[in-house]
Formats: sequence, structure tokens, C-alpha cells
Amino acid sequence: MAAKDVKLYWKTNLRYLLILLSIWFAVSFGAGILFKEQMDLIKIAGFPLGFWFAQQGSIYFFIAIIFIYVRLMNKLDEEFDVNEH
Amino acid sequence: MSIQIWTYILVGLSFALYIGIAIWARAGSTKEFYVAGGGVSPVANGMATAADWMSAASFISMAGLISFMGYDGAVFLMGWTGGYVLLALLLAPYLRKFGKFTVPAFIGDRYYSNTARTVAVICALFVSFTYVAGQMRGVGVVFSRFLEVDINTGVYIGMAIVFFYAVLGGMKGITYTQVAQFCVLIFAFMVPAIFISIQMTGNPIPQLGFGGTTQDGIYLLDKLNGLNEELGFSAYTSGTKDMFDVFCITAALMVGTAGLPHVIVRFFTVPKVKDARLSAGYALAFIAVLYTTAPAVAVFARTNLIETVSNESYTSMPQWFKNWEKTGLLKFEDKNADGIVQYVADKSKNELTIDNDIIVLANPEIARLPNWVVALVAAGGLAAALSTAAGLLLVISTSVSHDLLKKQLMPKMSDKTELLTARISAMFAVVIAGYFGIHPPGFVASVVALAFGLAAASFFPAIIMGIFYKRMNKEGAIAGMVSGLIITLYYIAKFKLHWIGVEANDGPESWWFGVSPEGFGTIGMVVNVVVALIVSSLTQPPPQNVQSMVEEIRIPRGAGSAYNH
Repeated sequence: MAAKDVKLYWKTNLRYLLILLSIWFAVSFGAGILFKEQMDLIKIAGFPLGFWFAQQGSIYFFIAIIFIYVRLMNKLDEEFDVNEH
Repeated sequence: MSIQIWTYILVGLSFALYIGIAIWARAGSTKEFYVAGGGVSPVANGMATAADWMSAASFISMAGLISFMGYDGAVFLMGWTGGYVLLALLLAPYLRKFGKFTVPAFIGDRYYSNTARTVAVICALFVSFTYVAGQMRGVGVVFSRFLEVDINTGVYIGMAIVFFYAVLGGMKGITYTQVAQFCVLIFAFMVPAIFISIQMTGNPIPQLGFGGTTQDGIYLLDKLNGLNEELGFSAYTSGTKDMFDVFCITAALMVGTAGLPHVIVRFFTVPKVKDARLSAGYALAFIAVLYTTAPAVAVFARTNLIETVSNESYTSMPQWFKNWEKTGLLKFEDKNADGIVQYVADKSKNELTIDNDIIVLANPEIARLPNWVVALVAAGGLAAALSTAAGLLLVISTSVSHDLLKKQLMPKMSDKTELLTARISAMFAVVIAGYFGIHPPGFVASVVALAFGLAAASFFPAIIMGIFYKRMNKEGAIAGMVSGLIITLYYIAKFKLHWIGVEANDGPESWWFGVSPEGFGTIGMVVNVVVALIVSSLTQPPPQNVQSMVEEIRIPRGAGSAYNH
């Protein structure tokens, strides 16, 4: 693979990481801790939303984030022809 | 049949299964012993990782902790799951591509230094021994409660079982045993949770049930908030901890998780880089089954408990109350001598002391579930403790036989000799862990602060910078690891263990920035990164071959299975 491609591959990967880790931070540290009180004003069923994110929601998002990354990277690896055989 | 007989049957069956698997999956080479031959499927590895990860503390203590901490319990829930995102995105694929057996091997090669390797080995040993002692103790405790044997006898039985499959099977034996243990522990955790959710809210899914309503039409969480406040506790869904402290503890646990050697090493066992990513996803999904159920169990159990005991007369207490009083985990002291149980926040008036562990252990009895369900909890607790202990013992034996002996002291050792050394180190590790289980040193109780804090302050930054910052050199990495470690150790020794300074002066009011010892790993990590960056900018960049190695591990193609050289 050409050096230019390697750079682009790595840059795209870093962009994915930045976006996904921002979501990771937002659902846990953001919704579950820093803005917990504001979020708690909203209630869904019996759950104050901030509490829900802290004890349930963040975990569901974590799983989704990993599987999205797996898909994105599998596609990217193929596109740049660096996937394993 | 009595609980006792059911417990013998279920525990006996599960042990027979583990031993059977161990015999089937014996390790024949160091590669099988260290990384299960590198041929584990991502789903199986996900299950094994989940079992490895979920310790006696996750299974027995966590729901209870949450039930007394309310919202603040979220530090464990987010902290012990969020790290898997970091693992899957930032660590596992690259370490898998790197393709060595251990974390110290990566640190040693990436930072082209045996000093770095030795620092990493010492950290790995220290973290793993602290952690494993707690597990052996957990095995003993479960045995003593359910089978009414002495705690020490319980530890011996646990040692014998772990000895058998860790020494014989190495990583291969451990991996497949852990798959079985995951099934046992998750079944044991879910069955009572589902039963109780149906009883209390009519919803069979606990995760939804605790946001539902009880028979009287009130939301369960509102009801519990009310009960809590009536007794003088803070509302269940708000916490009492300082926000910055909650932030730091959560971050330290997340980063610590991603830096724990026994977790990282699991991703060396899959065949490909993409399997490493995927298997971290499966691992978290399997872990989440327990971690999203635990907060529901916490709410059910606390509501049940308060409604059963609060302001009721002592003589009308149900049988389980008496059973658990005998174990000392539940204590009633009639301070105002009115014969009524007052369970309140005010310590001078409170008459009931409840150990965290009761929430999970006694939950099936409190909810009057059948005896086999009660016995199942014992088998599950043992599966959780044994699987984690085995994973840790493997890290210990690998660190000694591979990173110390093979890579440094006796490089000419043949594969066969190395395998024998690995087995002998595993044997010693089991014995030492058992000794710590029987004579727990004071620091074992601080395992959360120590193991996670140290992993966060040492390994995690060194690995991340090794992958994402090509310019990081050995001077920077070593200085960073050592300073992160020392400051974290110092803080824990002073404010948690009170080995330094005067205890009276080291209460929460004198914590730095209001951060508790459990959250200090986050600060230690920041110190590590800052020191590493400064020192590396003042010293020579790493040699060209190391820089090309870093470029190499960023690209998946060309990953053979983990190899030895």
C-alpha cells in the first residue's frame, strides 16, 4: 500500500475514533454525571433520565459503539485493502 | 430437598464440568498455555472474557453496594463497562496485531528497554496478586455460607480446583472452563432476578421492571425514593458523592479496566485483528447482561428489605432474617429496647446493620424462591470467583516464566522447559494466592483502589501512547509509568490504608481536589501522561525500527497468530 494511502487510512480511523469516543463520553460522563441533574427533570416511565443513563443507558450505548466501530473498520480495512485473509 | 443438598448437587455438578473441560483442553505448548493457541472464536472469547472479568465482587457484592449507594453506584456500572469501549477502539486490535503473549512484552519491545519491561512485570504482578487474593477469599466465603464449612477449608477446595485446570490447561483450559463458568454464573444471577421482577412489577425483564409500577400503581423508583427519605437516607435516584469525585472514580475504573493485564491478554487469543475488535463487543454484551440487571436487583432488594423489616417487631421477622443473623452479616441491636426494628440513616438510632453481600446472597430467600434457586446462587458465586482467579493466576505465571525468565534471565530455554516453568510458576502462584486468601493482608480490602488505580496510572497511558504517539520514547514512557505509579501508591497509602501520616488528619476533607483514593487513578494517569510528554520531548526520538513497528501495528494485514520469539 502506498504511503499516502496509509496516512489516509490512519486519518479516517482517527476520525471514527474521535466521533465514537465523543459519544462514549457524552452518554456516560455527560448525561450520567455532569448533566445528570438537568437530565433528571425529564422522566421516561419511572426513570429520571439522568439516573437511567448512569445505571442503564450508557451501557447500551457502549455496546452499540463497539459494534458500529467493528462495522466501520471492517469496511475501511477492505476499502484500503489492508484486511486479513 | 433442603438448600444444603441442592447446593452440594449444583456445586458438585459444576465442578465436575470444569474438571472435565480441563482434561479435554490440556495445553501441549507454550503457545497453548499462554494464548490458547490463538485459535479461540470471538464469541467464545467474549464469554471467557466476561467470566474472567466478572469476579466474586461483581457477582456477590455489586448489587448490594448499589442498593446502599443508590445513584452513586453508577460509578461501578459505568466504570466497569465503559473500559471495554476503550479496549475495543484503542487497545485490543493493535495489541493483537503486535502479536506477543503479554502486556510487559509490548511495553518492553515498544520502548526497546528491559527496564520498561521489568517495571511492567512488577506492576502486572502487584495488580494481579492484590486482585487474586480477594477472589480466593470470595471462594472461601461462599463455601462457608452455603456449605457450612470453615472459610479456610473453602479456600483449600478453591485452590485445588483452580490448581487443576490452570496448571494443567493454561490459557486453553482456562478459556473453555470460563465459557462454562459464564453460563453458570449468568444463569444463577438472572433466574432470581427475573422471578423477583415478576413478583414486584409483573414485568419479566428486570431492566424494564425497575422503571415500572408496583401493584399499588406507584412507580417503583418513586416509592423507594419515598421510603429512603422517610428513614432519613437521601433519595435513591440522587447521590451523596461530590460530582467531581464521581467523575474521577468512573474514569479511573474505566481506564483501569482497559489497563488490567488479565483482561488485555484475552485479546491475544483470537485469530485475527478484526476478531479482537468483535470479541471485545461480545464480551461487553455478555457482561452487560449482569451489569444492567444488577441495578434492578438493587432496587427490588432494597424495597423488599425495607418493607419487610422496617418498624416491624423483631419476633415477627421471617426465617431468612434469623438464618443470616447467625452468619453475622445481619445484626440487630435493640437500642431503645422496644422490640421493633428501626432501620434509619441516623447512626445513633439505627438498629440494623446489613452487609452488602446479603442483597444477592439472601435475595432468593427474601423473595421466597424455591430452594434450588438459592443453591444456584452459590454455584454462580463460585463460578465468578474461580474464573477470575484462574485468569489472574495465568497472568502471574506468564509474567514470571515468559517476561522474566525467558526474555531476561534464561533466553536459551526450550519451549518444553518454558512450559514446565510456566506450570511451576502457576503452581506457586496458586499457593501464594491461597495463603493470601487465608491470611488476607490489610490491603486486599482496597483492591478496587489499588488494582484499578495502578493499572490506570501505569499501563494504560504507556500502551495508548505507544500506539498513537510514535514520538514517545523509552525515557518518557518509563518516567511516566514510574511517576504515575508512585504518586498513586503514595495517595492510596496515605488516604486509604493510612500507612503514612496521621490517620486523623487524612479524612475526606484533606483529599486533594476532593478526589477519593478510588478515583485517584485518574489523577495518576494525567500525571503519567504529562511527565511522559515532557521527558520525551527533551530526549532522543525512538529508533527508526521502533517507529516502523508502530506503523506496522496500525494496519491489520499481516497479523499471524500470537507468536513467540
